[in-house]
Amino acid sequence: MGDQASTQDPSVVATPAIRGRGVSALRDYGIIIAFAILFVVLAFASPAFLTPRNLLNILDQQSTIGVIAVTGTLVLIAGGLDLSTGAVFALSGIVAALTVDTLGVPVAMTLAVVCGLVLGTVNGLLSTVGRINAIIATLAAGIMIRGLAIALTGGQLVRVADTDFATLGRGEMLGVKYSVWLFLAVVILSGVMLRTTTFGRYIFAVGGNAEAARLVGIRVHLIRAVTFAISGTAAALAGIISASRVATGQADTGIGLEISAIAAIVIGGTSILGGDGAIWRTVLGLMLLALVRNGFNLLDINPIYQQIFQGGIILTAVAVDAWVRREAT
Amino acid sequence: MQVELVGIGKRFAGVQALSDVSLTIRSGTVHGMVGENGAGKSTLGKIIAGLIEPDAGVLSIDGMERSSFRSPREALINGITMITQEQALELRRTVAENVLLGIEPSRGGFLTRSALRRRFESVIAEGAFEELALSADVLVRSLRISTRQKVEIARALARNARMVIMDEPTAALGAGDVDQLLENVKALRARGITVVYISHDLGEVLEVADEITVLRDGHMIQSIPTKGQRPDTLVSAMLGRPASLAFPEKQPPPPDSPVELEVVGLDRPPMVKQVSLQVRRGEIVGLAGLVGSGRTELVRAIFGADRATSGSTTLGGARIVIKSPRAAIRNGIVMLAESRKEQGLFPTRSVKENVTMAHLAEFARAGLVMSRPEKKAAGAVARDLDVKTPSIRTLVSELSGGNQQRVLFARWLLKTPRVLIVDEPTRGVDVGAKRAIYDLIVNLAAAGMAVLLVSSELEEVLGLSHRVLVVRDGRIVGEFAGDAVEEAPVLAAAFGTGDNLVENTDG
Repeated sequence: MGDQASTQDPSVVATPAIRGRGVSALRDYGIIIAFAILFVVLAFASPAFLTPRNLLNILDQQSTIGVIAVTGTLVLIAGGLDLSTGAVFALSGIVAALTVDTLGVPVAMTLAVVCGLVLGTVNGLLSTVGRINAIIATLAAGIMIRGLAIALTGGQLVRVADTDFATLGRGEMLGVKYSVWLFLAVVILSGVMLRTTTFGRYIFAVGGNAEAARLVGIRVHLIRAVTFAISGTAAALAGIISASRVATGQADTGIGLEISAIAAIVIGGTSILGGDGAIWRTVLGLMLLALVRNGFNLLDINPIYQQIFQGGIILTAVAVDAWVRREAT
Repeated sequence: MQVELVGIGKRFAGVQALSDVSLTIRSGTVHGMVGENGAGKSTLGKIIAGLIEPDAGVLSIDGMERSSFRSPREALINGITMITQEQALELRRTVAENVLLGIEPSRGGFLTRSALRRRFESVIAEGAFEELALSADVLVRSLRISTRQKVEIARALARNARMVIMDEPTAALGAGDVDQLLENVKALRARGITVVYISHDLGEVLEVADEITVLRDGHMIQSIPTKGQRPDTLVSAMLGRPASLAFPEKQPPPPDSPVELEVVGLDRPPMVKQVSLQVRRGEIVGLAGLVGSGRTELVRAIFGADRATSGSTTLGGARIVIKSPRAAIRNGIVMLAESRKEQGLFPTRSVKENVTMAHLAEFARAGLVMSRPEKKAAGAVARDLDVKTPSIRTLVSELSGGNQQRVLFARWLLKTPRVLIVDEPTRGVDVGAKRAIYDLIVNLAAAGMAVLLVSSELEEVLGLSHRVLVVRDGRIVGEFAGDAVEEAPVLAAAFGTGDNLVENTDG
């Protein structure tokens, strides 16, 4: 019986579904519960928390990493992993900052986005057609891209004089920052795409069982490569917003950003192994991490302990995922 | 060693996998254990081997009553070891390292290769098990599955096991290897080692077991000597009703039925060499051959799963080029792949999504999946194929093996194909569900589909096919047609022992 060992139920539905319901609910909805608890606790503990200003601030702070994490979710579900986003983030800001004086704001920013698209596509090709493990390929690519950023700037800050350059990062519409609008747009587009398009289905298929996907006629390499291209483009967008906020391009920005993004994805409950996950999960994962940071600030707790706490949350999320998997096999 | 189980019960949150099972496994015998998927035979084996703890009941070993084992280690200390279907071998290590894993001879904590080899050789010699013919320094990764199994047997011997539990040991073996395994089981018995033999294959169990226990829905139905048992008596005990294992009546295509699929000179090194074959509309062509003969590789090359290096394909008289499964599917050639789990299912997705995945584009407008037509089509084909599922939104991984197989049939029949290739269509499927799959294949052919069937169960190939092609070493070496193709000449051709008579008694 072997692989049926866990499907002992003679009736239609096999055992793990029933056996694992308690634990699997923990994985399915644990993130909602954790988020809700923290939200309520903070609302009672600090009067400053539940103000529009504070909440919008949180959203604004999370918008750049949010864009990267949300699109990174697509990469992860398709069975890949993008470790170059932090470097693309830095490089794109530099490209925009360096070219804005000659090309003007719209063209410079577009060029920077195209730059991210190209780098993401290269990552996608390396890890599919090139048969290099995605982690290694994007790690190496990230190091090179960061090196390129340093070479372009000579290690100096690239300050932008053109005040229009800062509009994207600092401007508002209906009292809400452009960056937040952009983040919301990326969330909605990604979420809708994943749930309702053939491309979204194929992302799940490719990450869940690549060989089966190939045998039903799905172009596995293409699907995976496109998720990397999207991730690169998003990292560039985030980098431009960040550079625009401070009107500066700099090579040492966004270090470790890719790890924080992956942490948010995993905390939300998207599987690190691919084939399973959702955009709303990543959004909640991002917000959970943000609330922790915000809570430390508002409650005036020594931020020294913040990282210990965040690491603990990540570990818990991954452990729950692993335990649920064990129950189910 | 004699093991007695008394009142063993095991619940997996809500489902009673075993209830009040009592039986005696006599010392020095081979004890067969049979039952449908989900009957509880693997669970029982795992309880004896300490892999699972029961909720109720006691064990008694050689007359000494005790509570059950809490870990595999505890069972091992008592001389009980289990060889599971998922082999527990370190593929990147040598045979000797695997056999002595966990009991390596060490000198002050250091391992020496020579000591390891000496111990390994003494294990094989002491057990008088030279017939295992294992060489110490070969990497397990490079061994065939059947040889790996021998490594596991040797490992059990190295630990002085007195009882070996084998769970579906022949599930992945070809016919020749099965015979060898059965010989090894008998050799274990001859050395006084008790063997618990869990299997789907009633023929094997009847051949090798001294006593057979039948389980059904977690209950012990009978535990009696093999003598006087036949496949049909076991099946009725397993199902609780008499069952017909026989094949549906053959409905050969009309003699003027046109050729639907023709391949000429197909090459895919190293396993497929210059193969030419035809399948007519309404015809079921069976590919027989030993494991490793290249039959699976052949159909994979036809489907484009592996790209052929040369050869031509015509479909309904028109030349087509198939470079990928995508191209094959577009032309109406589909393939139910050999391994349901690795090549078929998307375990994290619903029944509906699994069914529509190959033809998703047809339910989409501008890339958006239109959920109503998709639901309707998936629901209809799932109903037609009698997929038993609470809902089409249920995760496919929650279905039983037989129903998962039906989901995959549903995927390929969602849009009626011109050529249906099925590779091992009933592997891991219950006795009761097999017949339904046979009926389905026969009916599809009767409706005009061209069917290419691969199976390692020869009786399945013979029972369903209108024409049998024998594959050996990547070539077609024999062809048999007619209502009643005999096993013997097909086997002879498969082994290359007979003169490769091309019989043609068609019509």
